[in-house]
Amino acid sequence: MARILTVDDSSSMRQMVSFALSSAGHQVVEAVDGVDGLNKAKSQTFDCVITDVNMPNKDGISLIKDLRALPNYKFIPLLMLTTESGADKKQAGKAAGATGWIVKPFNPDQLLKTVQKVLG
Amino acid sequence: MADTIQLLSFSLANEQYAVNILNVQEIRSLEPVTRIPNAPVHEKGVLNLRGVIVPIIDLREKFSLPRLTYNALTVVVVLQCQLQDTHRVMGMIVDSVSDVVDVDSALIQKTPGFGDKVNTDYIKGLASSDEHMLMLLDVEKLMNLNPIEEQTGFNENRAHGTGGQS
Amino acid sequence: MAIDLAQFHQVFFEESFEGLDVMESGLLAIDCNEPVDLEDINTIFRAAHSIKGGSGTFGFHRVSEFTHGLETLLDQMRSGQRQPDQRVVDCLLGSVDCLRTMLEAMQQGDNANDADVARYQAAIDAILDQQNAPVSSAEEPAAHLPPAEAVNSAVESPSSGWRIAFSPRAQLLQRGNDPVRIFRELDELGELEVAPDFIGLPEFGEFDPEICYLSWRLELAGTVDRSALEDVFAWVEDDCDFAIQPLGAAQSCTDVSPQVSPEPSAESEAVAPATDAPPAKDTSDVDVAKVKTVKAKADKPKSAATIRVDTQKIDHLINMVGELVITQSMLGMLGENFTLDKLDALQNGLAQLERHTRELQESVMSVRMMPISFVFGRFPRLVHDLSAQLGKKIELKLIGEQTEVDKTVVELIADPLVHLVRNSLDHGIETSVERVNAGKSETGQLILEAYQRSGQIIIEVKDDGRGLNADKLRAKAIEKNLIDPQQQLTQQQIYELIFAPGFSTAEALTDISGRGVGMDVVRRNIQSLGGSIHIDSEQGQGTRIAIHLPLTLAILDGQSVAVGHETYIIPLNAIIESINVDDSKLNRVAGVGETFKLREEYLPIVRLQRVFAISGAKASKLSEGLVVVVEGPEGRCGLFVDDLLGQQQVVIKSLDANYRPVEGISGATILGDGSVALILDIPGLLRLSVREQYG
Repeated sequence: MARILTVDDSSSMRQMVSFALSSAGHQVVEAVDGVDGLNKAKSQTFDCVITDVNMPNKDGISLIKDLRALPNYKFIPLLMLTTESGADKKQAGKAAGATGWIVKPFNPDQLLKTVQKVLG
Repeated sequence: MADTIQLLSFSLANEQYAVNILNVQEIRSLEPVTRIPNAPVHEKGVLNLRGVIVPIIDLREKFSLPRLTYNALTVVVVLQCQLQDTHRVMGMIVDSVSDVVDVDSALIQKTPGFGDKVNTDYIKGLASSDEHMLMLLDVEKLMNLNPIEEQTGFNENRAHGTGGQS
Repeated sequence: MAIDLAQFHQVFFEESFEGLDVMESGLLAIDCNEPVDLEDINTIFRAAHSIKGGSGTFGFHRVSEFTHGLETLLDQMRSGQRQPDQRVVDCLLGSVDCLRTMLEAMQQGDNANDADVARYQAAIDAILDQQNAPVSSAEEPAAHLPPAEAVNSAVESPSSGWRIAFSPRAQLLQRGNDPVRIFRELDELGELEVAPDFIGLPEFGEFDPEICYLSWRLELAGTVDRSALEDVFAWVEDDCDFAIQPLGAAQSCTDVSPQVSPEPSAESEAVAPATDAPPAKDTSDVDVAKVKTVKAKADKPKSAATIRVDTQKIDHLINMVGELVITQSMLGMLGENFTLDKLDALQNGLAQLERHTRELQESVMSVRMMPISFVFGRFPRLVHDLSAQLGKKIELKLIGEQTEVDKTVVELIADPLVHLVRNSLDHGIETSVERVNAGKSETGQLILEAYQRSGQIIIEVKDDGRGLNADKLRAKAIEKNLIDPQQQLTQQQIYELIFAPGFSTAEALTDISGRGVGMDVVRRNIQSLGGSIHIDSEQGQGTRIAIHLPLTLAILDGQSVAVGHETYIIPLNAIIESINVDDSKLNRVAGVGETFKLREEYLPIVRLQRVFAISGAKASKLSEGLVVVVEGPEGRCGLFVDDLLGQQQVVIKSLDANYRPVEGISGATILGDGSVALILDIPGLLRLSVREQYG
């Protein structure tokens, strides 16, 4: 149904997110860090982006900031995966333009629900 | 109600012996054997069994019985067992192979002392079949090729240092 | 729909182990005396963070809890709040070990060792408490609360509904949030009525579609928790004005503040109880960091069932097989209607077959080859821990890490190498004080080097320590009745005594190297790989131990020799030359036995006929047979045989599988005629020879 970009340097997390969302019929593309994510976002269109925060080469917050600067992604839901202890990260994420966050650890059903919510 | 096991019986110096058929991989005629230097006299050497190096022992000599000359009719019973998680194989030279017999495992008796005619260490028990008494061999014991010292008392660790000229 | 997360576990474990390696090498690289690169710490932090996230997601909560402390500590360090010191680094290193063990246990389906985990947890907690890190949210351990909720923990009893005034600001839309979505969510909680307020709406022509001009008054009927309500607005609370009031009669007397924005001061209240002083272990944090015994990290054999292979190697293999198939079908065709005039073609075909088979064989061998860095990789950590434990300054150098060796070698050489390194650090390298007094540099040097030479892999363990004391060794050997006091031994032979079972010169068997795993076991391990070990030393200067291993474990180029009716194989790369020696050249050298003079050297003679008690030998005088000069790791010698037979490549078969190791024999092989031939082991032969002559 929707095209979703998932950005995370952890292979197991990417696989899990991919699996959860594609089982619900969404098309999922994976990126391994912020640079990879930005490149893919530029060359393809997505209805939603889910990104981890802590990644090498370009972190999630920087990615979100750069995505918001792209005309195609001005209003697209951009979600951060963050740990519960990172309140300052949430602030920074919001400042960068994040739509919201998903708190880690989460289970796939929670993720799916949240994504369905933002996709409307 | 009995557990029937199958035994392969064979003869050695007019005595009847047997091994559990599950321990028998195959029966072959004797082929040329490559001698292993400095081995005990009953260990004749090794041969090639479809790519696997298999030691051959002369059971008569192992039991201190007089040796027979080998000829085209000499038979090798290739034994197999699991020792310490590995599958091991060994061939033993016998006089001739007799039969496969069914035996009730409950009827296998413990061995009384035989004197020194046969090494009773390797006998697990006595089974009877028809008119014969079969001496059941302990294959695991037989196949456990202990370090040479333990078998013949030959001490490898002489007090001369372990280093040769280097 | 429940998704089975177990399918991702294996990947999680693998990437976590890799992450732990990253953490370990990162931590080892921290020099506390130098300013620390925060980016390096960030790398370590990220690895910990990933493990924590993954373990929580996949249900390994124990791991997640434990990693949380590590992550917090690393977070402080990466933001510059905390300076790394040796104690903290050591504690972190120990925790990495603990984590690794935990993950391994969980991978096997076992339980983690709670005692260890608790100990490290306490140590980390103690360190965290010591420094007054600002009460940032990084320190909320147990408060699993979404932030908006942290404040009004004044639990409101669910009323019959709520009235919400909701006024989004411009940013709300720009962050990808949508009021309609919020309404939908609210609608799931109860019955929602929405009344828009058009006050802010400008003239049509002035509309900016990217700005939200509307506000709403909402009424949500139903038994809804305030917290559930607040969750809906969690993402947008900063981007809008909203106020919540309970609907209707059932309202509590508590003052409901219209501003539901999080107040940081209230947050610290919530936090305070959680940071109750953990059982104050006074000196425990220091002890724990030291007490972590230098575990035998080398013990865990990594699962040997799989191997990573370069796809190029696989492609090459496929090509080889293709060629082989072509050759085979060509030979098949030849064979169908064979006539003697096709003999040449047949011979060509067979030669081609031999070539392709050999190439295929070499390619397959190379698949099993891995760089020895797989083995060397454990040593930086080991040396780091050991030198700390021994209080010595030691620098480790690794040379030739890319040297490729067979996978089996990688698996089996680790233990012997660890033992040798431990010996070197424990007995070889002196303390800084001793070294300085001896005119050496403070820091001892340990070198692990690997290289290939003439068909062998050589691995060397070298140190610049105190070297071997031949007199002491000799005295010890006499004391242990390993040698005869009268016996003359060369210095080399005395060094070799170290390999005698039960030999140890350490005054006290230290924990490190004296665990009953003697040098004799080391040598046996190496011999079981078809290799040999050689010691060289200079008192006061250092010691060098060289391990020689065959390049490929399974194939050998051999020279067949005849002694009597028996055929033996000598490894071709050990042979220097074959000569005819006149008996007049024979000598006897004390302690060695028969020797002959070759150019300027006296080389021992090994009479195979005697050493192997072979009957029917043709030659008894040297001149009647041949002397094959061979080189072993300890030097050269001459093997006295009747005749040279052919040369061929042989497949090495183990004697151990169904028989037992035989001294002087390294393995067996099956010749072209199906018979078995034994392969000679030079060092073993020499030993046998000496014993036989002095026996």
